[in-house]
Amino acid sequence: MGITFRKETFRDDFTFRNSPEHIRRFPFPFHEDSYMYAVNIEPHVVGPKGSVLENLIDVDEHYVAEMQDRALVLAEDPLRCQSLPHMTLAGWDLLELLMEQQALGYPEHFTLKRDGDRWRWINRPLGIDDTFTFGDTSTLPYGPMEYITRQSQGDFCILDQRDGNLWMDAGMVTTQADWSLDFDIGMNFFEWHAPVPLAHEKGIFVRALKFLTNIQQGKPARRLNWTMTINPRLDTSPENYHKWGPDRATVTPENVGDKVHLRVELQSFWRLPRSNGIVFPIRCYLIKMDELVTQPKWARRLHRVIRDLPEELATYKGLTRYRSTLVEWLSKLDDGSATSQGFGPD
Amino acid sequence: MSTGTTKLDVVVSDVVPVNDLVTRFHFRRRDGELLPTFSGGAHVVVEMRDGERTRLNPYSLMGSPLDTREYTISVRRDDVGRGGSLFMHRSVKPGLEMVISYPVNLFSLDLRAKKHLMLAGGIGITPFMAQTAQLAGEGGNFELHYTCRTASLGTYADLLRERYGRRVRLYHDDLEERIDLDRLLSSQPLGTHLYVCGPAGMINWVRDRAAALGWPQETVHYEHFAAPQPGLPFDVRLAVSGKTIRVGSQQSLLEAIEAAGVDPPYLCRGGVCGQCETNVISCDGKFIHNDHWLSEEEHRSGRKIMPCVSRFEGRSLVLER
Repeated sequence: MGITFRKETFRDDFTFRNSPEHIRRFPFPFHEDSYMYAVNIEPHVVGPKGSVLENLIDVDEHYVAEMQDRALVLAEDPLRCQSLPHMTLAGWDLLELLMEQQALGYPEHFTLKRDGDRWRWINRPLGIDDTFTFGDTSTLPYGPMEYITRQSQGDFCILDQRDGNLWMDAGMVTTQADWSLDFDIGMNFFEWHAPVPLAHEKGIFVRALKFLTNIQQGKPARRLNWTMTINPRLDTSPENYHKWGPDRATVTPENVGDKVHLRVELQSFWRLPRSNGIVFPIRCYLIKMDELVTQPKWARRLHRVIRDLPEELATYKGLTRYRSTLVEWLSKLDDGSATSQGFGPD
Repeated sequence: MSTGTTKLDVVVSDVVPVNDLVTRFHFRRRDGELLPTFSGGAHVVVEMRDGERTRLNPYSLMGSPLDTREYTISVRRDDVGRGGSLFMHRSVKPGLEMVISYPVNLFSLDLRAKKHLMLAGGIGITPFMAQTAQLAGEGGNFELHYTCRTASLGTYADLLRERYGRRVRLYHDDLEERIDLDRLLSSQPLGTHLYVCGPAGMINWVRDRAAALGWPQETVHYEHFAAPQPGLPFDVRLAVSGKTIRVGSQQSLLEAIEAAGVDPPYLCRGGVCGQCETNVISCDGKFIHNDHWLSEEEHRSGRKIMPCVSRFEGRSLVLER
């Protein structure tokens, strides 16, 4: 039994929705009633059936629509996909990883056949059946990274590792929470994290870099990050701020449930074998408040988290304009009773 | 045992004497599958079951990264070392089942380089075997300068000359052939990266000359796994696990900690990767630091030690383990 892919949009009429099963599998990011940064990194191993961790590269009901949205973004702005010249080998590494993982997790939708360097890739949801020579860029319609990330949900940053640091030297970034690959390309780990408040003082980035540069082949790691987005818009880039920034002023007590979305990023980190680089997939999950509060535990907890969030974090995450409206709306769903341990719904 | 890597169950598929000192070992997966892809410069840690003792030694992978049916390593016999290479030479035969780590690369190519200039000394040739194979497959620009004691001890020199012709230059100590290092380093095109692997003296010499001639630090790459040195036995208290252990003269501190059932993380076991860095709680005596990880300041501070290669002489040592 395969996935039923939804026909939906992430712009204009915003028809994006989660099915009831997808609401329950949403990666709710708060394990307790408050939130502060931590180095919340853990091994990226397969999780329970029916969760977003059932496969290490998750494909869900939004796959086809997300790939269509990515194609629209790229048609308007090709600089969302960039790869510095020394990163082509890492692109092949990523192509292998994503083809293998998608074929492994979803054999009814994806097939990879390898005969030495001759590979055949069948992607049924997108109607692709290509045969190419692994390592020979001229046999693909795009570079290897662009080719496979036009067929994989989530953004992808490929980091070169050298001089004890990580460098943002390639990526496909079209579903980002207000950051720009074109701005960050070529920067090192400390440079691209410079705008993040509070975490530098806590020494978090020094420890995180030490961890990441030691990620080993066959042992990926993951963490969750979150923010909020008004309307289910995947492409909230600085380049398009004029399109989505003003949305934040449109939240009213009447439309909170429909407009305000929790945006969760499942970030994972993988050592790439040939290039010795690191790939950093950032997979974005969206859920509107009306959907989220169908799980009473999540409604209570989210209320407490947003209400008590430090001011700097609320500002950094862009919540300031509508925070009080949201907290007021959520407070009606919080009877003050205790919430159970852990992320999942009750 | 806790390590930074996953383990691979392998079988020794071939053992090939290369010359009087060096023997090559071939490994395949026991389940017949392909081995993980790796990048030129990567090493694996080989677990040796030597009687009661488990030895864990890192060796560079020297095969082509394009062929993962088997891994190959070359081991130089060290008659006065701690016994790992002697175990490999004497006890490892085709058909033996062994466990090795996943590949780890602490000496990777900088793929931005317009040219890769490689300097090898003796058995330090092994990572370059894989790197040259990788670069040749991609049409990369490299030049290898290889110093060995005699032609007959020039491990793989003929093979490299055959594969890469004039891109490989050989220097024989017995013929008093020397690299004209200053001239070599002064005549490289902009964008060249320098790689050196060999004895400590050679690495230091090359790094010093490169610095003196104005090479930016980030263009000079070196790999030197220090083998743990024997020394006087010493006692250590492990504060976290509440154990007191004795480090034998032929044993490393890390091995003694592991023998007591405490498993610090490790990757290289050669003072390079930083994984087993350990805090010193108190000490009365002097440290013998042999690692390339801690800064000179940290060495002087007496507050950290790399137990894979460093030792201690004195009355008491308490570690946070």
